[in-house]
Amino acid sequence: MADKRTTEAEIVAELKDGMTVGFGGWGARRKPMSVIRAILRSPVKDLTVVSWGGPDVGLLCAAGKVKKLVYAFVSLDTIPLEPHFRLARQSGKVEAMELDEGMFYWGLYAAGLRLPFMPNRAGIGSDVMRVNPGLKTVRSPYEDGEELVAVPALNLDLAVVHMNRADERGNGQFLGPDPYFDELFLMAAKRRFMTCERIVRTEDFAREGSFHTLKINRMLVDGVVEAPNGAHFTSCVPDYPRDEVFLARYAASAANPQAWQEFRQDFLDGDEAEYQRRVAAR
Amino acid sequence: MSTARRADYCVIACAEIYRGDGEILANPTVGTIPYIGARLARATFEPDLTMTDGEAMLVANNQPVGVNGNPALVEGWMPFRLTFDVVWAGRRHVVMGASQIGRDGDTNISSIGPYEKPSAQLLGPRGAPGNTVNHQTSYWVPNHSRRVFVEKVDFISGLGPSRAARLGGKAAAYNDIRFVISDLCVMDFKGEGSCARLVSIHPGVEVDEIRAKTGFALENGLTAVATRDPSPAEIRLIDQLDPNGLRYREVSV
Repeated sequence: MADKRTTEAEIVAELKDGMTVGFGGWGARRKPMSVIRAILRSPVKDLTVVSWGGPDVGLLCAAGKVKKLVYAFVSLDTIPLEPHFRLARQSGKVEAMELDEGMFYWGLYAAGLRLPFMPNRAGIGSDVMRVNPGLKTVRSPYEDGEELVAVPALNLDLAVVHMNRADERGNGQFLGPDPYFDELFLMAAKRRFMTCERIVRTEDFAREGSFHTLKINRMLVDGVVEAPNGAHFTSCVPDYPRDEVFLARYAASAANPQAWQEFRQDFLDGDEAEYQRRVAAR
Repeated sequence: MSTARRADYCVIACAEIYRGDGEILANPTVGTIPYIGARLARATFEPDLTMTDGEAMLVANNQPVGVNGNPALVEGWMPFRLTFDVVWAGRRHVVMGASQIGRDGDTNISSIGPYEKPSAQLLGPRGAPGNTVNHQTSYWVPNHSRRVFVEKVDFISGLGPSRAARLGGKAAAYNDIRFVISDLCVMDFKGEGSCARLVSIHPGVEVDEIRAKTGFALENGLTAVATRDPSPAEIRLIDQLDPNGLRYREVSV
């Protein structure tokens, strides 16, 4: 039996400049933040980031790691607009592929199914088509003849998701209300990683939640990292809610370059253990 | 003359948008007043509406806003991924916000200024392009102003009726922009050339104020009716749904 346990550092060691990476979760919910923090400490750059955007996107933008963003929205949920993302876009330094949410979903799914595109009505006639001149339409070959968006596959070099529980073989369990689209990110990627709050024995999954919560199967996962509080400061219910106080402090760090430097020094410059110590010591 | 305040009229307007919708997902995505309005509709004339808790649960009972009231009566599970099944099957009436609304009903929540380097990056288009070619869509604007109501939007996230009509086919057939409810009035896009017109004016508002705060010519200023009064029973229900008066923080007149 394969033991797929690994570390954030080993995941980041697989990243090369210019790669396309996807992160699971949704907005400021169940994001693989310990891996984001490890990327911030690494020299990697020019990433294309594919995400239901939250502070993962904002942090990577603030640290200058992003060449291009693929998103339908970027939001901190309780703070609707993500300030670091806004700064990056408004500086003109980050390329953007803005998509309708349904297109984003269909693009990941197409990649996972090894299809070149998926047809969709969403996006047709909107400025999503104007600002992404690479997007094409396709006409129904049947008698209706409808013109639809041919949503291109969003193929990923590497994807990371964060789960509540996992076993060392790569099965993953979500215990919150929503699985989001995490398995689609894993399906769409060449290299697939899962962080989790706690690694448990396979036989203990049933004690944690019903079989319906076993959303990620091990065929989708190359490596597993135990990362307690690893989604901080995003929510990872029922293990912990979003840290609203920290979220506000993070958002305030976009006020000016000095505020960002201070936030970075206060929390991000050390390793993950140091980050968790400083968060706990507040 | 009722003692209802402006916010109460906004609640009534935000309830009325669902009249006749039946068993669909009533989905106010922004604001306190749209939240209360949807529950008021379900408590009175549209009992079959379904609603989420804002996350993944379909909740059958009308929970008050901002208080720990009766526990949620969960009647179903609707994680984000399943929402698209509902959207694309057309069984939803969404209420979205809008940073810009054009005279032709095109709307923008994405960005202001050039796409490559926006002067203001907003949320991104979210589900607006798909919503507006699939099902009923209304908008809530708590601060009626010329910044929001513009001749032409900078980025078309949501399609107005003329744009959808030009596409033809199913996109035209399913585009269904119902109402814009603001703190001043209710509009729709059934004016000349499918452009904006006034439907009703909230009591206490003068049509000149609406014109002054709208960046395009509005039809029907003289014939628009007054937004209807809430009944005494509706006032009691609104108070139950919002016992702390959070609606008056959103619209304070």
